[in-house]
Amino acid sequence: MRDKAKLIDHLLKHFLFLNMSITVMITIAVVFFLGKESYGFFAEIPLVDFLFGKNWAPLLEPKSFGVLPLVCGTFIILIWSMLLAVPCGILVATFLNEFANNKVHAIIKPTLEILAGIPTVVYGYFALTWVTPFLKNLFPDLQMFNGISAAIVVAIMILPMVSSLCDDAFRSIPENLRSGAYALGATPFEVISRIVIPAAGSRVMAAIALAMSRAIGETMAVTLAAGATPKFGLDPTGSIQTMTAYIVQVSLGDVPADGIEYKTCFAVASLLFLITFTLNIFGSNVSPLKLKSKA
Amino acid sequence: MKISPRQFTSLVFKILCSAITLFALLVLCILILHILEQGWQWLSLNFVSNFPSRLPHKAGIKSAIYGTIWILTLTALISIPLGVCSAIYLEEYAPKKKWVSWIHLNISNLAGVPSIVYGLLGLAMFARYLKMGQSVLTGAMTISLLVLPIIIISASKAIRAVPDSIREAAFAMGARRWQVILGQVLPASIPGILTGVILSNSRAIGESAPLLIVGALSYVAFVPESISDPFTTLPVQIFNWASRPQEEFHGLAGAGIIVLLAILFLMNIVAMIFRQKLGKYKL
Repeated sequence: MRDKAKLIDHLLKHFLFLNMSITVMITIAVVFFLGKESYGFFAEIPLVDFLFGKNWAPLLEPKSFGVLPLVCGTFIILIWSMLLAVPCGILVATFLNEFANNKVHAIIKPTLEILAGIPTVVYGYFALTWVTPFLKNLFPDLQMFNGISAAIVVAIMILPMVSSLCDDAFRSIPENLRSGAYALGATPFEVISRIVIPAAGSRVMAAIALAMSRAIGETMAVTLAAGATPKFGLDPTGSIQTMTAYIVQVSLGDVPADGIEYKTCFAVASLLFLITFTLNIFGSNVSPLKLKSKA
Repeated sequence: MKISPRQFTSLVFKILCSAITLFALLVLCILILHILEQGWQWLSLNFVSNFPSRLPHKAGIKSAIYGTIWILTLTALISIPLGVCSAIYLEEYAPKKKWVSWIHLNISNLAGVPSIVYGLLGLAMFARYLKMGQSVLTGAMTISLLVLPIIIISASKAIRAVPDSIREAAFAMGARRWQVILGQVLPASIPGILTGVILSNSRAIGESAPLLIVGALSYVAFVPESISDPFTTLPVQIFNWASRPQEEFHGLAGAGIIVLLAILFLMNIVAMIFRQKLGKYKL
């Protein structure tokens, strides 16, 4: 009887371990398949031409494979959405933390998180049918497809993430730091700007890194609202194309499995993966590097 | 009463914080009202029971709803057992060693990989390398890759919330580890795990980018009958309609979004009930 129980324990442990190891295999598979297809791409196109070329025209003759226009498109979305979402997110987090009582906090935080749960295709639709016409009233020069509308909805999408993570960060600051400052006669603004935000600084930076990673990887909203024109430049009022939107554009057409167009997707995705992976590591709370410094 | 400049700055700051928060809530209202306004008149019984069509007035989401149900069911069947088992291992068995913290880091990184990268992985690995083609199974497995890390993270949280005193009491009665897990830890953490599972599956329903990549079709005039059939889902259909220039199709997309949001809303309500009514331990 005891031996049976011991055996089950042993088997269960190994069975569960096997399940867990799948997560490692997924990472290996991502790196392997992205690497394999990108390798095929870089066998034909030199890496330098890809990374520093200013003309992206893989679907038209004469073909050209400089990725910078796509990087510019992604960068436009990133910069404008961050400019909107980060200050607003920190202000909302401050409101939740310092000015809202528990009841208000318990209502507003989950309500804002609804924004994060709405599918991104809905945001694309919203950008296309509401934000762009609205902005067109103010700036008649705006094109039908433009970077700024897409950036605005991406900002709305990541705002709850920034405010939620910053709220947690502010909450983790010991209460006696705050009380001490208030006892010395500091105003709420001084307590927040000089005590809370500096003390929570590293976690706020981590939140920003995660938000950046989300903005860069965002796909459907920018595909629908930002257009499909790869451009080398930083003008947000016209049609642009991001790295993610390019991948969708290629998959919507019929692309032969061995063609160079198919492989470009993987080269672009590898770049995307490297950028977001770096940002995720930077924004990760469970980094072994951090565990070490705590111990 | 005289207000000093410092207090004035602080007051302005407080008003700014409140205003921005209100503005964010206002945006949510505008979004929902706009979609209701656009899609409301296109909602009808025919819309739900018709297949997609070139003619806006005959178009419907029957195949998209069936596709969504197929994808959701298969994804749940694949990702929930894998995710919950992984979480149990990480919380109950894993030693406190360096490699385990790397696994945790890996999982939180996987949760942050853009969904479109999973789409390309699904295309290269499932659709082409394993020759599964543009099938429901390919789509479901791709979405499973995407939600697995999220399920592991939320299930881990739920298991961690069970107090150690319960485990220690069971061990003191002579229970083995598997008896402690199956008899005590799992029953206690099930509401929390279910909440996480439902929320991550509601992400699975809303995803469209990876499905577009692995080859979900936008025009499907039949209902998928097996796991090897082609398919479409609600978000894919919405994307297709929204990307057309005609006003009518934008109305249809709006109606599709209303249906999609209604499904998500229901799932979230259920998750909330689990969390509040059944959950004994605070996550």
